[in-house]
Amino acid sequence: MTKPSEIKLLGAPASPFVNRVQFVLNLKSIEYEFIHENLASKSELLLTSNPVYTKVPVLFHGNKTPIPESLIIIEYLDEIEPDVHRILPTDPSHRAENRFWANYIDTKFFPLYEELRMTPDKEGKEAIKKQIIEVSQLLEDTFVKFSNGKPYFGGDDVGYLDVVLGCFLAWTKFVEKHNDMKVFDEVRTPKLVEWVKRIWSHEAIKIDVPSNETLVSFYMMLQIHKPPRAA
Amino acid sequence: MAMSNVVLLNSWASVFGMRVKIALAEKGVEYEYKEEDLSNKSSLLLKMNPVHKAIPVLIHNGKPICESNIIVQYVDDAWNKSPSLLPSDPYLKAQARFWADFVDEKMYAKKIWTTKGDEQEIAKKEYIDLLKVLEGQLGDKPYLTGDSFGYADISLIPFSCWFYALETIGNMSIEKECPKLVAWVKRCKERESVSKSLADSHKMYEFALQLQKKYGL
Repeated sequence: MTKPSEIKLLGAPASPFVNRVQFVLNLKSIEYEFIHENLASKSELLLTSNPVYTKVPVLFHGNKTPIPESLIIIEYLDEIEPDVHRILPTDPSHRAENRFWANYIDTKFFPLYEELRMTPDKEGKEAIKKQIIEVSQLLEDTFVKFSNGKPYFGGDDVGYLDVVLGCFLAWTKFVEKHNDMKVFDEVRTPKLVEWVKRIWSHEAIKIDVPSNETLVSFYMMLQIHKPPRAA
Repeated sequence: MAMSNVVLLNSWASVFGMRVKIALAEKGVEYEYKEEDLSNKSSLLLKMNPVHKAIPVLIHNGKPICESNIIVQYVDDAWNKSPSLLPSDPYLKAQARFWADFVDEKMYAKKIWTTKGDEQEIAKKEYIDLLKVLEGQLGDKPYLTGDSFGYADISLIPFSCWFYALETIGNMSIEKECPKLVAWVKRCKERESVSKSLADSHKMYEFALQLQKKYGL
């Protein structure tokens, strides 16, 4: 059993990649210390613990060299506490399928939100919104396949893809409000709409979902530090 | 587990496909190889990888596995016997995953053979800087994450097929800039799984020249 205070997580509450690690730590009942990072002015700790990417989250476990990259951290946590709420399935082909969709979500879904923010013109934004809708449809089909009639991607309880996609829900709500669109809706993606409600009320997840105020501050910081492209 | 029905859809020049070939060879898995014409993708490929329509795809007992690093991990899991491609220690495994992902994120040499002048010089410098980060990780170790050849090495070694092409087109010497990394390349190539899986460097050079013509460069 991992001793409390042995694990530290360097992160920013607004970062969905940090949130997904927090969800896993909660699911596995691993106590940890959260070290707050200001991404507008990166700390010495971040620059030295993740010199390659200088990004959060970074996991510290005892005296070991820090581990960056949320998906790598999640697999590490699953391996050191395999008996408490297993996150990834044990079957090799199911593991591969889960990893495939995590990669898809991180490279083809979430980056569209940033692309939407960066795109200055209305026409450009509409094109990206269209892509977001198409991707959400694919995710609905994936949910149907993975859940197989059960409440979560992971089946009876939260699993890998539930945390991998679930961490983006706060930003999804934000993007929907600011762009007058619905990413998940009752007609196109009914199963995911139900899943979103379930995730939001899950014990291990709701405590670390960032507030709208947190996201607004972060968004304003992004608008200054990485302003949208010129029209 | 019966080793039945293993098919690899690939394209000879793909560094990603080479990763899978190395992994399968390390495990001694026999498989059927199907060369894809990427300008005319087969219906099998489109069916097995509808999301990305890309190679490599491993089909095991009819089930497709896509994305090269994911396939390599699958091969390690499914043929759970020596040699292990990933370390058993969770911490060392995390390190191996980090460096394999780094290669995917950062390895980008296209501008060396698609640009000229200042743009090409910048591309060359960025590429060498990248190789130096990897060389830094290698240090004095025989392999990227320790004493054993594994996942991180498998992820990177196929890119060495491009070194001759980049050096010739870019007028640069990778060995001069990164001698330890080049020594690591030679060490990896001593393994039959690697030497048999990598495309010939001169063939890659000709391929690069053909690509340049195709792009009108």
